[in-house]
Amino acid sequence: MEFAELIKTPRVDNVVLHRPFYPAVEGTLCLTGHHLILSSRQDNTEELWLLHSNIDAIDKRFVGSLGTIIIKCKDFRIIQLDIPGMEECLNIASSIEALSTLDSITLMYPFFYRPMFEVIEDGWHSFLPEQEFELFSSATSEWRLSYVNKEFAVCPSYPPIVTVPKSIDDETLRKVATFRHGGRFPILSYYHKKNGMVIMRSGQPLTGTNGRRCKEDEKLINATLRAGKRGYIIDTRSLNVAQQARAKGGGFEQEAHYPQWRRIHKSIERYHILQESLIKLVEACNDQTHNMDRWLSKLEASNWLTHIKEILTTACLAAQCIDREGASILIHGTEGTDSTLQVTSLAQIILEPRSRTIRGFEALIEREWLQAGHPFQQRCAQSAYCNTKQKWEAPVFLLFLDCVWQILRQFPCSFEFNENFLIMLFEHAYASQFGTFLGNNESERCKLKLQQKTMSLWSWVNQPSELSKFTNPLFEANNLVIWPSVAPQSLPLWEGIFLRWNRSSKYLDEAYEEMVNIIEYNKELQAKVNILRRQLAELETEDGMQESP
Amino acid sequence: MEHIRTPKVENVRLVDRVSPKKAALGTLYLTATHVIFVENSPDSRKETWILHSQISTIEKQATTATGCPLLIRCKNFQIIQLIIPQERDCHDVYISLIRLARPVKYEELYCFSFNPMLDKEEREQGWVLIDLSEEYKRMGLPNHYWQLSDVNRDYRVCDSYPTELYVPKSATAHIIVGSSKFRSRRRFPVLSYYYKDNHASICRSSQPLSGFSARCLEDEQMLQAIRKANPGSDFVYVVDTRPKLNAMANRAAGKGYENEDNYSNIKFQFIGIENIHVMRNSLQKMLEVCELKSPSMSDFLWGLENSGWLRHIKAIMDAGIFIAKAVSEEGASVLVHCSDGWDRTAQVCSVASLLLDPHYRTLKGFMVLIEKDWISFGHKFNHRYGNLDGDPKEISPVIDQFIECVWQLMEQFPCAFEFNERFLIHIQHHIYSCQFGNFLCNSQKERHELKIQERTYSLWAHLWKNRADYLNPLFRADHSQTQGTLHLPTIPCNFMYKFWSGMYNRFEKGMQPRQSVTDYLMAVKEETQQLEEELEALEERLEKIQKVQLNCTKVKSKQSEPSKHSGFSTSDNSIANTPQDYSGNMKSFPSRSPSQGDEDSALILTQDNLKSSDPDLSANSDQESGVEDLSCRSPSGGEHAPSEDSGKDRDSDEAVFLTA
Repeated sequence: MEFAELIKTPRVDNVVLHRPFYPAVEGTLCLTGHHLILSSRQDNTEELWLLHSNIDAIDKRFVGSLGTIIIKCKDFRIIQLDIPGMEECLNIASSIEALSTLDSITLMYPFFYRPMFEVIEDGWHSFLPEQEFELFSSATSEWRLSYVNKEFAVCPSYPPIVTVPKSIDDETLRKVATFRHGGRFPILSYYHKKNGMVIMRSGQPLTGTNGRRCKEDEKLINATLRAGKRGYIIDTRSLNVAQQARAKGGGFEQEAHYPQWRRIHKSIERYHILQESLIKLVEACNDQTHNMDRWLSKLEASNWLTHIKEILTTACLAAQCIDREGASILIHGTEGTDSTLQVTSLAQIILEPRSRTIRGFEALIEREWLQAGHPFQQRCAQSAYCNTKQKWEAPVFLLFLDCVWQILRQFPCSFEFNENFLIMLFEHAYASQFGTFLGNNESERCKLKLQQKTMSLWSWVNQPSELSKFTNPLFEANNLVIWPSVAPQSLPLWEGIFLRWNRSSKYLDEAYEEMVNIIEYNKELQAKVNILRRQLAELETEDGMQESP
Repeated sequence: MEHIRTPKVENVRLVDRVSPKKAALGTLYLTATHVIFVENSPDSRKETWILHSQISTIEKQATTATGCPLLIRCKNFQIIQLIIPQERDCHDVYISLIRLARPVKYEELYCFSFNPMLDKEEREQGWVLIDLSEEYKRMGLPNHYWQLSDVNRDYRVCDSYPTELYVPKSATAHIIVGSSKFRSRRRFPVLSYYYKDNHASICRSSQPLSGFSARCLEDEQMLQAIRKANPGSDFVYVVDTRPKLNAMANRAAGKGYENEDNYSNIKFQFIGIENIHVMRNSLQKMLEVCELKSPSMSDFLWGLENSGWLRHIKAIMDAGIFIAKAVSEEGASVLVHCSDGWDRTAQVCSVASLLLDPHYRTLKGFMVLIEKDWISFGHKFNHRYGNLDGDPKEISPVIDQFIECVWQLMEQFPCAFEFNERFLIHIQHHIYSCQFGNFLCNSQKERHELKIQERTYSLWAHLWKNRADYLNPLFRADHSQTQGTLHLPTIPCNFMYKFWSGMYNRFEKGMQPRQSVTDYLMAVKEETQQLEEELEALEERLEKIQKVQLNCTKVKSKQSEPSKHSGFSTSDNSIANTPQDYSGNMKSFPSRSPSQGDEDSALILTQDNLKSSDPDLSANSDQESGVEDLSCRSPSGGEHAPSEDSGKDRDSDEAVFLTA
């Protein structure tokens, strides 16, 4: 077994574990291929059970022969292990380092994980594109499923099945794919049943410096417009950035070639800018020394909330075009795998009540993130503590979850899921026993045979016992479009995720529990009253029957 | 009335703060007490009422093609922008309001004309609802160590103190009077809070007149007496809530702070809370940030930081936490003072008491706390909140800061308080409204001379009557969070203190969460109560019927056993057989299913209650908010709520998205 070579010291006694808000624990540290485990000797319970893949960075320190390893996790937690013996400490540190940065995906835990629960519903088949298509196809005949990408040949980052205008044949799609970044030709993202307007998404058009055009591309997106109607193209880059992209062969839709479309530029940041923002924010949250003013200025300097505001504003704009202007929209940035997906998925949260339910939200993540080819593997390889400046990491998905939390905070009764659901998704996107977030797109997932070799996150989440933890007790189906406020006053820091390890949540947890109790008790009484009423009605009619003859 | 130059102006536009293009056309009325704007729109006729006493500033802006804009900023953070077609009318309104907003005599204030239709007896009962002598009794006083002193009878020693004061038993009249001569404005050390569990106490005073070297034997004896009144500790903390530099500067004016060498067994401590002028400017800066039109996130966070507001809130909290810890953990008594002992001292004593004693975290207890530490001990309400025209340098949001401290605590201990955020907001409103007599004048003596209790009504009775609106649904008297002292983390958690948009942006409804968890849970609890009552009634009826049946069916089959259990089981069968019955039953009863109408009517009722109980608050607040709350409980109840798609907020957001 390959892991054995990496584990130089599998077990050390008398290790002391320090965690925020818990007393220090002494125990035995064990390293396995995928976990770091600490169990205290007293009652032999596991105090710590940490996935190596959750480890973002480690620091070591020595005082005499006592070594200290500080483990910084991708979920922002920081723990400290005091290990007696310099050699043991060094061995443990190097093992952790090696095990937390395995090169091969197939060595990751999901390929070894055996579920301890009975799978009632296989999550790999919970959200099939055909089923999703069924949900709106009764309302319209203008769209069809295309299998043009069956072999991932037309677009490597698209799924095998995509939804396109019925009037556009596969041959045209192939041509359009050559005109769009990464072969990402415009496809349907969302159909607004209320008025038949749609959100489409794609990669940037490859116009280049000489203003190349593609008649098929124009035909494709025009096919989504009703006669005499205009649509909007939302480019998630500023005009400046979009213009610069032409030098590299990219670009944007020229007014002359797309006369029926009005282009709007927003500016949502990408890549290292977001990653640096996250690093700064988490640093500020972990800094216990600053005074009040420095906290606010560090929060500001991180720019995290600025990104939140920008993304939400763009999503609201998109939703507004659809629902208020009655216009269809096409959204893209450069590749169409990051900011584009933030906007298309948040717009659906705003517009579509189903995406605010648990199943609907899972389907949304499946459609708009996993199948849409958001490169989870690259983006979530490192989190806030990474030092290595790799180009591909970015908290794009976390920003999306934060935006959802912001809307949830403003509409606390309109979501079937609670904050814990979002936190859970964040954790699993970065480190998980499930295969759902492995790979960068459907093509890679197919090659890895994830469906056969790993368990889907949804198989676990959708068990009733797990669901109860993620269900919002305040939920009441709300069929309306919900318009969040994007004023800075309305967008606070998501404490549940960023201050999670820096403050005690005891009192807030108690409040949540109390809230659940209030609602549960009410339901209980309601059931009792209903039973009694029925019973009484029955007895009274019986009485009546007895008396009448 | 003579100040109203023009009682009515037509074709005035009320500008929507968020999307200025949207303005409501209507008529502006000036009355003796209110500015009223009535929209022309025939279906809503929406009214906006503003009390003159709420007006903070009035600004006449440059005339444009559409008319003459008038900007009114209120003390409850409402901002109204009117456009008046004629310059001349605008000027008249402006001049009238300038005068109306700054009354010179107490008799001009609203509380002297406000008539809530209560008879004399009810009014008198209202004034005795909060009784401070009861409160001292509750603390366990008088006892072996503390006694009620009549030294300030007829306000002979200190005119800003109340007549009833608790002092250590060993402090003779001679010591008290001697000490009072050594203290600013003769505010000698007296008891503010007594902690029964360990005899430690919180006392308050003003600064000593120590200058660079002066000392006073009686004052030293006074502190000695306070220490002796707490047998469990051999020292007393003296907490000066001013920054050290300020306190030192005061020495040059013959004032200053206690010299540890002169007093036996004191531990002296500075806790730097800034003075009223710094706080006034800080609030001003923060409000400027709140007023920004579509600010960026950086604008907002920078502005908030530069205002220093949250830093000041933290300083007050830190002082309160220090004192609460000294009392509860060290068992030491604390003497608190600032300069005059009526601003920072009041803030800090009341925060510490709130942390220490769960009683102050109840509705009534909170009223008592304000009555004790603020009203009775001579916090200068009139000067600080500018009820009468006076020195603008005296104005400062001292009690606003205390109220915010309470909110910050509520955010951290959501189950610990019996009251909700609305309670705090309404108290803040009425501190400025002058609708009730409680907060008039600068001292008890002045209120007494003005015969406030005979001529005005008490806010406490009004709030108590409507207490259902102010309850925190998460509060349970037997919950662990409601017991004993509130323990805040010892590590400096700066992120603990947050911007309170529910207060400072409370008239921008679009910025607030659109669904209120508090209101939702209150509605659930109300329904639960009804269910409990119905359950009881049903059980009673059932028992009766079963008794009757038992008597007349004894001959019949065993089927109808009198035991309740069998009764349940038969009805269980009936559930399975007749599912239609279920919905039939539901209809006669308020259910939370959004398809049922009855539920909503219950909610509308509570909304109406709220409105009638508080005409000014509801008039000032967006009338649509009622709809808003309703849609929270049953959001899809589109047939009730004309707020389809929460469309009313839509335009505001649109503006934001497009400009951003």
